[in-house]
Amino acid sequence: MSSAAQEPPILEVRNLSKHFGAIRALNDLSMSVHRGEVVALAGDNGAGKTTLIKTISGVFRPSSGEIFLNGQPVTFTTPQEARDRGIETIYQDLALADNLSIGANIFLGREPMKRLFGFVPILDRKAMADAARATMARLDFHVSRLEAPVSNFSGGQRQAVAIGRAVYWDAQILIMDEPTAALGVPEQRKVIALIHQLKAEGRGVIFISHNLQDIFAVADRIIVLRRGVMAGERRISETTHDEVVKLMVGGR
Amino acid sequence: MSSTEDVQKTGPQAAPRDHVAPPADHSERAKTLVQRIADLRAWLFLAALVLAFEIWARYDFDGTFILNPYNLQSIAIFAVAPLLLASGQTFVIISGGIDLSLGFIMGLAAVVAAHVVNWTTPSLGMPLAVLAGALAGVAIAGVPGLINGLLVARLRVPPFIGTLGMFGVARGVAFLLAGGTVVPVQGNSFFSTLGNGRFHGVPYIVIVTIVFVLLMHYLLTQTRFGQHNYAIGANVQAARRAGINIKSHLTRLYVLSGICAGLAGVLYSARFNAGAAQAGEPLLLDSVAAVVIGGASLFGGSGTIFGTVAGALVIAVIQYGLVFINVEPFWQFISVGVVIIISVLIDQAQRRFSGGRVDE
Ligand SMILES: Nc1ncnc2c1ncn2[C@@H]1O[C@H](COP(=O)(O)OP(=O)(O)OP(=O)(O)O)[C@@H](O)[C@H]1O
Ligand SMILES: [Mg+2]
Repeated sequence: MSSAAQEPPILEVRNLSKHFGAIRALNDLSMSVHRGEVVALAGDNGAGKTTLIKTISGVFRPSSGEIFLNGQPVTFTTPQEARDRGIETIYQDLALADNLSIGANIFLGREPMKRLFGFVPILDRKAMADAARATMARLDFHVSRLEAPVSNFSGGQRQAVAIGRAVYWDAQILIMDEPTAALGVPEQRKVIALIHQLKAEGRGVIFISHNLQDIFAVADRIIVLRRGVMAGERRISETTHDEVVKLMVGGR
Repeated sequence: MSSTEDVQKTGPQAAPRDHVAPPADHSERAKTLVQRIADLRAWLFLAALVLAFEIWARYDFDGTFILNPYNLQSIAIFAVAPLLLASGQTFVIISGGIDLSLGFIMGLAAVVAAHVVNWTTPSLGMPLAVLAGALAGVAIAGVPGLINGLLVARLRVPPFIGTLGMFGVARGVAFLLAGGTVVPVQGNSFFSTLGNGRFHGVPYIVIVTIVFVLLMHYLLTQTRFGQHNYAIGANVQAARRAGINIKSHLTRLYVLSGICAGLAGVLYSARFNAGAAQAGEPLLLDSVAAVVIGGASLFGGSGTIFGTVAGALVIAVIQYGLVFINVEPFWQFISVGVVIIISVLIDQAQRRFSGGRVDE
């Protein structure tokens, strides 16, 4: 924690709670993410992991507690506001339009335009394809047919497209809900490699995973939730699978 | 990247699957080839149909079907209204919705156009009255379109239900405005001259339709509106998360579709020199059929204007061709119905083959 402690964390939440009526999905949780740091969220089903990231990314309004970006307090009323501030969330169900190309997905909602004959506005498909090629190459994913709809690509490639979109728009914090859950083993590795790369580029990453192998492969720290509260926080280098499992199930 | 290597060695369970190859590229390419052919299926089908009628004509009475310019013109005129409705319907179906009110929006526009031409001819003179009538017809069609849009976008009424309600409302209003009968255009020969005139043999209304359809193609393929329409049809969540304003998009979408029907209504009243509430009544099915035959999926997310053009021509050729070979007119309904069902089946099969989502 020594050098990172100098500058404020890019993301910090303090005493965050989210209640749904009587359900205390998240209770008084505090955590932080520094530049170039990968934080894993683990915990049993219903522990509150998804609730935590949705509260951070503006989907839910917190019942109480505060969120800070680079030391500044922020409140998000919509996911768009969080995205505008550089927090990109990649949901399990892959927020891609399957029928559009990689470039069209990267630019979805903010498509570049150009003018034909100087006056007819048309989509700048070349700019989209160029950005797609450059972004995917940067993520070390080499796809040949940039015009093809993303439904033609594998799960890992699609995950890379979602990550690529975040990277293209220069997200500083990437939040991923079980990014490897729906993938085969080789593809899981590719995604883990991507997370390594995001880390190397100095971005902050929060990812939810049920897979301890993935967590130990890529995370710097792990935060274990249990019934909405922090069951424990460990540096990966200082913990073991056994200890994490014990935290998750509540054994001692 | 060294970290990647580390990861690749982690985990005993990972080892046995080490050599699983990524999906081969050639299978992807094969997929797109199949998709390409599927995209063209309406044009192939059209060609086959034309060929069949041509063979019939040669065999039966030693004549020609398609090489006869009169037949070509008739088919083109036949296709105008269904194609205009279908071009709006294409946008709606791609977005994952459907517009059942188009037929009576067309009738409403035809009646209003005829009335306005009649009212304004004495004061404005013939050409300006025609302009006023055309604008009024198209504008009035935007109103039910707007209400459809608000119902679907703001009140979250399923498109099927909302536009079915509007089907009834537009029908009632159209018949009320028409006083229960046909509204003849009187004292303005210019209107019908436009509706029946030709430029080098090509009817004006066909030229207007071609230009409009090209504009719709541009809107669908070259603008954000079109791009967002595809995205919404494929994955509305993804579109929303990408920051697209779904409500405003859907509202504009149904207004657009109403306007297409409005133009069809105006051209109808110009051609027949009269407005009729039931002008578009039989065309709703044709509009959906043209879109589906043209390769769009009723599940949303796919479809093209040019596909729809082929679909509309298929229907026009079937209908005109069956008259041409002297078959009882009821066979038209049967054959168009069969073609729709076959097209939907092809779509289902294609989705299954290309790994798209198929409703279980
Ligand atoms: N929108 C909601 N309304 C009401 N209760 C909710 C809502 N979202 C989550 N919950 C409840 O909050 C608790 C935490 O759920 P959450 O989805 O955050 O768990 P999770 O850790 O992501 O679980 P999983 O591993 O199954 O994804 C659960 O009891 C859940 O039922
Ligand atoms: Mg969850």
